[in-house]
Amino acid sequence: MSNSSILKSSIAKKYWMALTGLFLCTFLIGHLLGNLQLIFIDGEEGRRAFNEYAYFMTHNPAIKILSYLTYISILFHAVDGFILTVQNKKARPVNYAVNNPGPTSSTPARYMAVLGTLILVFIATHMANFWWKVKFSQEIPLHTYKIESKQEMNIPKGQSFYYTQVPSIQPIPKDTNTLEEKGTAIYYKNTNIKIADCYIDLHKVVMAFFGKSNPNGIFGVLFYVLSMLVLAFHLWHGFASAFQSLGVNHAKWTPIIKNLGKGFAIIVPLLFALIPILIYLNN
Amino acid sequence: MAAKTINITLKIWRQKNSKAKGELKSYALENVSTDSSFLEMLDQLNEELLTKKEEPVAFDHDCREGICGSCSLYINGRAHGPETGTTTCQLHMRKFKDGENIYIEPWRSAAFPIIKDLIVDRSAFDRIQQVGGFISVNTSGKTMEANAIPIPKSDADKAFEAAACIGCGACVATCKNGSAMLFVGAKVSQYALLPQGKVEAKQRVQNMVRQMDEEGFGNCSNTGACEIECPKGISLENIARMNREFLFSAITSDK
Repeated sequence: MSNSSILKSSIAKKYWMALTGLFLCTFLIGHLLGNLQLIFIDGEEGRRAFNEYAYFMTHNPAIKILSYLTYISILFHAVDGFILTVQNKKARPVNYAVNNPGPTSSTPARYMAVLGTLILVFIATHMANFWWKVKFSQEIPLHTYKIESKQEMNIPKGQSFYYTQVPSIQPIPKDTNTLEEKGTAIYYKNTNIKIADCYIDLHKVVMAFFGKSNPNGIFGVLFYVLSMLVLAFHLWHGFASAFQSLGVNHAKWTPIIKNLGKGFAIIVPLLFALIPILIYLNN
Repeated sequence: MAAKTINITLKIWRQKNSKAKGELKSYALENVSTDSSFLEMLDQLNEELLTKKEEPVAFDHDCREGICGSCSLYINGRAHGPETGTTTCQLHMRKFKDGENIYIEPWRSAAFPIIKDLIVDRSAFDRIQQVGGFISVNTSGKTMEANAIPIPKSDADKAFEAAACIGCGACVATCKNGSAMLFVGAKVSQYALLPQGKVEAKQRVQNMVRQMDEEGFGNCSNTGACEIECPKGISLENIARMNREFLFSAITSDK
């Protein structure tokens, strides 16, 4: 193998674009299935399911490997795409005075770099909105809940309880006089005695972010929905294009791949876009 | 049927030489027969320019029957004009309307420098051919009977379709990236599909792709414009085959 050709040649750069792009398509499926819990499971059950899922996604070692692969793929896809775009511009230093590409190629195909840049802006915003808060900010509250029907336990009405990771026999009431929170753990106040680990309430953060109760919620919803439209256009060309770059072009299979790509480009961003819309309408 | 004539305005790229700065110049041309070909229309313009002692427009042409690959021209924003599957010499003036503005520009590509007016230097294609677009067969006088090796009909057809490439450069001209992948894909495929070409296939694809990159052609975005504008209907399948050949060669060759 000539080492330089597998990295530097025009064709090899397209392999990398295709491989990282297809990997990111599989990421989209996983990310979508996880996040659909936000709209398809109602009430306290949905909140628990989503917060447990969020904990699993941030703590499971196998998921960690996948998440690093995802970050690397995004970066590689963006940098490789940038290099390709610069080279492509250099290959036509003088543009045509009159150009009519409409009849010969689809519009998304001609604007992949622009669409990709917009998606990168979205990813950065999306990570700042949620990922950053989970990793680095103390703003996210711990998951607490109220018990409505257990009056016989002498619980004052309105008392909150921590949702602990290993459910204790007795619910632990949220009592700031005797307990304190350090990260996701709760301790007896002014001691090093840990009582339990809790889930952070990412579900609440998401509901507050997109909900009607947030005066800026509507802008968040609009930005996310428009970004999903951009993603749809990017996938419209990108999905099938990746197979062509990898050399998969076959009389029998290519029409199937193209239709699959178009279906993927419509269904996945549409379901993603439904999440902020439904949260806005229901909160 | 009486010949119809139209009056048109031509906006033609004029550039004295490869170094000079070019510009679009306007020419009014009257009484153009709709039966004339696009190149005959340019001949008519040049006759008029010569009688006015002006410099005629330089453009490439040779066989004028759509098979040599000499003619080019980016007409109204399309390679070889508005029709698909047609070279400029086979395009007729009946495809244009009376009073129409027709923009004529040379192929635009860093790898195809302008020589003069509408003529570009397409020798980059020749250099790509020279590093691999051949098979090494000794002419010893004991040449093997070609039909002695059985070749599946579908392979022979595909190789023939790839070999139909006339090297006109419309693929590069229409590609938003100025990419030559369709040309190189066709050249790689026409040999890779046949037993005589398979012998040198691994090295061929590496050499031709390297030369293509060195010439400064762009990368492939799979927009498919080249396939539609190609006067010979060369399929994108050939680019995919080149991509496969390149990957296989990169993984399995010694160097």
